[in-house]
Amino acid sequence: MGKHIKILEFALSSLWRRKYKNLGIIMVFTLIVMTLSSILLLTYSFKREAFAILKGAPELIIQKIRAGRHDFIPLSYTKKIREVPGVGKVIPRLWGYYYDISTGGNYTVLGTFRGIKNSINVLKGKFIRHGESGVCVIGKGISQARFAEIGDRIPIKGADGKFHSFRIKGIFGADSNIITNDLIIINPEDFKSLFGIENNIFTDIVVQVYNPSEINNVAARIKALFPDTRPITKKEILRTYDTLFDWRSGLVLTMFAGALLAFVILAWDKATAMNAEEKKEIGILKAIGWETSDIMELKFWEGFVISSLSFLTGLIGGYIHIFFFGASIFSPALKGWSVIYPDFHLMPYINPYQIAVLLFLTVIPYMAATIVPSWKASITDPDVIMRG
Amino acid sequence: MILHPGIIALLTGALIEVALLIYSSYIGLVIIMRWNANSSTEEQLSLERKTYLVSTIMSFVLAFSILSTLLFIYTVDGMHRLFTGAMCATGSLNANPVGWYALYMKISIFFLASIWIAVNYIDQRTEDSPLVKKKFILLLCITPFLFSDIYLQFRYFLGLKPNIITSCCGSLFSKEGGGMAGGLSGLPTHPMEYIFFSSIFIYVFIACVSLFSSKGFIKYLTGLMAIVLFIISLASIISFISLYFYEIPTHHCPFDILQGHYNYIGYPLYISLFGGTVFGILTGVGEGLKKSRLLTIQINNLQRKWTITSIALITIFALICIYPMIFSSFTLEGY
Repeated sequence: MGKHIKILEFALSSLWRRKYKNLGIIMVFTLIVMTLSSILLLTYSFKREAFAILKGAPELIIQKIRAGRHDFIPLSYTKKIREVPGVGKVIPRLWGYYYDISTGGNYTVLGTFRGIKNSINVLKGKFIRHGESGVCVIGKGISQARFAEIGDRIPIKGADGKFHSFRIKGIFGADSNIITNDLIIINPEDFKSLFGIENNIFTDIVVQVYNPSEINNVAARIKALFPDTRPITKKEILRTYDTLFDWRSGLVLTMFAGALLAFVILAWDKATAMNAEEKKEIGILKAIGWETSDIMELKFWEGFVISSLSFLTGLIGGYIHIFFFGASIFSPALKGWSVIYPDFHLMPYINPYQIAVLLFLTVIPYMAATIVPSWKASITDPDVIMRG
Repeated sequence: MILHPGIIALLTGALIEVALLIYSSYIGLVIIMRWNANSSTEEQLSLERKTYLVSTIMSFVLAFSILSTLLFIYTVDGMHRLFTGAMCATGSLNANPVGWYALYMKISIFFLASIWIAVNYIDQRTEDSPLVKKKFILLLCITPFLFSDIYLQFRYFLGLKPNIITSCCGSLFSKEGGGMAGGLSGLPTHPMEYIFFSSIFIYVFIACVSLFSSKGFIKYLTGLMAIVLFIISLASIISFISLYFYEIPTHHCPFDILQGHYNYIGYPLYISLFGGTVFGILTGVGEGLKKSRLLTIQINNLQRKWTITSIALITIFALICIYPMIFSSFTLEGY
């Protein structure tokens, strides 16, 4: 044990003697780790953010499909769905999108329904009362984009070509930003007249299922009852997000494969290129009794110190980049975009798995690249070197 | 194929491994054919130097494959969310059954690799390296395993399609499941408990005896018994140990215990079992290598350490297994 520590000590001092030469490789290594760790950490926080939002999402949504496209669902469907065993509340919803020419943003327009107040409650001002028309509640993003405050009126161009105007009764706070940023909530009657929708049809139906393990069975029942519907479970949405973010980060990682390869070549080259002084040093070490395996251990410790130093610095750098600078470099590629995009703070989180993946992508290629050069260095004959 | 960061990391590692393996197998082949310890030609000198290189590469590759086994299990386990019907690693492995072979291959490599590292260690510490040829022949035997592991891993990950509906552990590891998994789950609990605890007791007893006895026979027996104990333990984990962790009398899955839901208890459980088995096997293997006086001295020292480590690890394994049986309110009396 003592021998290994002595060799480590020697390795540290020899690294320090050549600090400027080693600084180059450490900087490049750190940069690589920082880039890759940014991608991994960012994806992971997005995933957690998405899961946190979807926690409040309905367990089961029923949409009607006509000719493979989403269609409005008649109210009559709710009655039969309510009769399926295990089903609790059945709530038909009205919602859609509205493209606003003046700001160039897409708004989500939602008609009020039973229980909506309980699901989003962070609010400045008041919510729409039952049956109250001509008023709306908007998200913070819209309020900022249109410079609108409580009491102002928002004009929306309807399906008939005329402008319908709504008085703002309340604005959602920043806490629920990621869900409510681009949201406008209006009365369902207003919604129908705005978009020219007939009575007794809805966008989709939210179904409450008492027993979570019965969700798939209930979905299958409803599908059998109404073959023209598409039941969407929350689990499916979660899985889609999971796959999507994994895929996005995988894609960005693959794009960096070239950079990784360049780094491996650099590490190989740096380890191979020894100047006369270093060769002489190894020659002297061998002449005073170091064995080949000792020299290889020395080289191993040097690599170990360089990679752990760079790895930790890079990881901390990636962490700072994401959680203090909002991942300004990578978020456009991983987040998606929109004119009215919620501005959210990412939750800091690192787990051992990410570190293991990062180690596999950076330290292991580096170690592999330096094996052969360090062996070449350690077999040099002392007399050949010292004779010059 | 799924572009998952964990998969990319594993496949990148596998490619590096292949490159190193091809190189070192070639050198290994040359060493086996040309090695002559009595010669003092330049060729022999360069071969002697190359043994250092191959040893380093192989230690690296083998250490890597042990790490990659853990990463593989964790990735496969974490991937279950991507497959309809999957709840743990079983579901992800069923999504493309090649994954099972990859897992078996990784387990065999773990044992073979550990033996090689031990042989290499003995060889390097003994004067005039008496085991060079043997260790390189063993190396060439391990290489095909590593290659097929990498091949299977590629086939598994490339063949994964997220829209496959897989069957999960609930149906595979249940008494009605059929096949080997179903058979293991259906093993009667009470006799299995007796067999498990008595075999642990017997193993620890034999290992303790071998510490104080110099007879070769008892050391071989320790190695053999380690293998037997390993198989019995795996069967017991499926048959009754896992039930105590889940506190569900019908859930026999050997992978769910690796999840955070059960405090990752599976990792210390499997690591202590695998570690204990490896050191037990090494005690037996070491006995077979005592061909010269120098080797015997060297191996005797190591054997003692190995046996003590093995006893310690197996005891930890047994304690982890016993813990929920004593401290949880769940009992299996009715089954």
